[in-house]
Amino acid sequence: MNQSIHWTEDQPIVSIRDVHKSFGNLEVLKGVSMDIKKGEVVCIIGPSGSGKSTLIRCINALNDIQQGSILVEGLEVNDAGLNKLELRKKVGMVFQQYNLFPHKTALENIMMAPLKVLGQDKAEVEERAHSLLKKVRLEGKENSYPGELSGGQQQRVAIARSLAMNPDIMLFDEVTAALDPETVKEVLVTIKQLAEEGMTCILVTHEMGFANEVADMIYFTDKGVIVESGPPVTFFERASDPRTREFLSQSL
Amino acid sequence: MKTVITQSTDLPVLLKARTRIARPGDGPDARFFNARTLLWLLLGLSILLGVAEAQNGKESVITVLLKWTPLLFKGFMFNILISFMSMLVGTLTGAALGLMQISLLPPVRAGSWAVTQFFRNSPWLVLLFFAMFMLPFEFRIGDIRIPFPDWIKAVIGLSLPVMANVSEIVRGAIRSIPDGQWEASESLAFTRRQQLWSIILPQCYKRMLPPWMNLYAILTMATVLASIVGVSEVMTLAGQVSAAEGGRTDLLAPLYAYLLLWFFLYCYPISKLTQKLERRFAVKI
Amino acid sequence: MEAFYEWFQVLYDQTGINLTIFYDSFDRKRFISGFLTTIWLSLLCLFFSVIIGLAGAWLQGSKLKWTRRIVQGYIQLFRNTPPLVQMYFFFFGVSVLLPQVQNEYGFNGPMFSNFFWATVSLSFFAGAFNVEIFRSGIEAVAESTKEAAEALGFSRLQTYLYVVLPLAFRVCLPALNNNLVNLVKTTTLAYAIAVPELLYVSNQIWSDSVNVPEMMIVLFVCYMFLVGMLVWVMNSWERSLKLPGFGG
Repeated sequence: MNQSIHWTEDQPIVSIRDVHKSFGNLEVLKGVSMDIKKGEVVCIIGPSGSGKSTLIRCINALNDIQQGSILVEGLEVNDAGLNKLELRKKVGMVFQQYNLFPHKTALENIMMAPLKVLGQDKAEVEERAHSLLKKVRLEGKENSYPGELSGGQQQRVAIARSLAMNPDIMLFDEVTAALDPETVKEVLVTIKQLAEEGMTCILVTHEMGFANEVADMIYFTDKGVIVESGPPVTFFERASDPRTREFLSQSL
Repeated sequence: MKTVITQSTDLPVLLKARTRIARPGDGPDARFFNARTLLWLLLGLSILLGVAEAQNGKESVITVLLKWTPLLFKGFMFNILISFMSMLVGTLTGAALGLMQISLLPPVRAGSWAVTQFFRNSPWLVLLFFAMFMLPFEFRIGDIRIPFPDWIKAVIGLSLPVMANVSEIVRGAIRSIPDGQWEASESLAFTRRQQLWSIILPQCYKRMLPPWMNLYAILTMATVLASIVGVSEVMTLAGQVSAAEGGRTDLLAPLYAYLLLWFFLYCYPISKLTQKLERRFAVKI
Repeated sequence: MEAFYEWFQVLYDQTGINLTIFYDSFDRKRFISGFLTTIWLSLLCLFFSVIIGLAGAWLQGSKLKWTRRIVQGYIQLFRNTPPLVQMYFFFFGVSVLLPQVQNEYGFNGPMFSNFFWATVSLSFFAGAFNVEIFRSGIEAVAESTKEAAEALGFSRLQTYLYVVLPLAFRVCLPALNNNLVNLVKTTTLAYAIAVPELLYVSNQIWSDSVNVPEMMIVLFVCYMFLVGMLVWVMNSWERSLKLPGFGG
């Protein structure tokens, strides 16, 4: 039914159409649609259980969808014959719990996927890993194990690890929720830097300040639908829907 | 169904037991003899039957087994008796040894640790031989002669590894109580003995129960070792049954399978109960 | 070397401590062969029980209900019945049901030796425990770690090989260590089916030379040594695999 299409850069890089997702009998996404342009920074906010994490997990096929279509650079995700490797080369994901591989050093964590999955040359991968660690400001931590790093440092290694696959889109699933306030900032600075370099970023976050400063578009979800969306300036000052206003008044 | 693996010295912290929502089919029997167990019982029986069917002209295996069941059952009860007595002796001595392992006197600690390690790391059969050969066959107190039968020696022999394992269980349980308990009671001017008996040990009993029950199941299964050193219990009787039936080769597999079944029926419920208690007391990470 | 052995003869003459395994060459050879048999039996059973454990753990994750049930049944059966009875079942029960073959002397004999059945029986016994150990190790690897690997593009097999198994192994190691030590101790059961391992040979020696106390002590020392060596090797391995900051 759903077909991949030939994608050109003027089309949205991620195109979500009428996505429905249920866990058993519980419908979590009830018809979500959005278009994300290349280089855009999108923040998805909303109360717990509204389906925002589920949505971005559907984008990189960690959860399957029952109905609808998700096109990532023209590649249809809701397709039984989907080549998951192709998808994951385009989309990188960073999780709330960092999920670094505890048995590998920081450098090895970053190097693992390009080496094992993409089969790239070791010397090149190592050099790139070093530069990525430098980029997230963790030079000197190459041989540290995740157990020896703080939460913020682990999250930055996780970001570097996803970047090692050279994705075109980065997904961030509440990546600062498990961190204490001082370390939240160091991670947000890293993400902001990525955004400024032109990476398409989709973030699920509670950090309203960050959203206001960096996002191009903000989407508010509640009970499985997108209630309202808009650029930060209209969204925060002039939200029209009462649900949105209630959520914002509670959060800000 | 997830099983919780705990080592004998890593004892879990006590949590409040969660009340279970009753579902249809939940009765006391359902816990131990659920569909899966019944299935295996049936499978076991059918193996016996299957073997029995293969014979013709001779008395069927099933008839033979049923004929000898009363005798074998008496033997099995003897094994249970040995297990009870060994467990009793082993638990009492092991508890004492365990308490000695946390003594404040270094020589007592070192000595009891050495004894525990020695008996823990020796094969049970070697310890059994040790008891059989090294213990005298009778005691003499003055003019009175008290005979020391083989099976009593076996009880003592088996109680040695039980003692060592109980010692480790007790030590492990005590060590798993947070230091805060000792500190709080000490600052309330409890003596060490009072600390131990009124505060620490009462918290330990529940933690010690699952590994202790597990040990009992292992001990029960170990009682058959006594047949090797000449004690007449169920395995010895099985050999005699086989001889009485003229040494039929087709009888042996079903006969031993039959005994396996009995031990299974005795030990499996214990193991399930242990798992249930462990789950109740386990820490969720 | 001879002088070393003869010292024990002197010891016997002077103190009555009779260690024939040193000064008597026949007993010495017997004893060493028994010791080596125990080591060989232990190594074989160690190896096969680990293979059985891995196979069982893998099959337990199967989608087929009956595969899972059969594995579960195997585990419960071998864990809740005496290993000695299992061994008798194999050696006296199963072995006689198999066809007889001609042995090297031209007589008909059982197809497999008692050493074979001891290995089979003990491997299945220890294997049953290993399945649970390996299963718990695999389950201890957090779902989220597997997800992270999936999100990076690893296939299922790659996730298992590079992420799950190395972590699961570290979790298993203490329990596996415990189980392997038990296995070495359980090899003494082979005595019951006349496998000439350490206990059997020692029994023969003390029956011949009437030196039970001395042989008992020697036996204990030997098993302490074997168990001690195994524990030391496994602990060193555990230490070398330890990850800083992981698992406490």
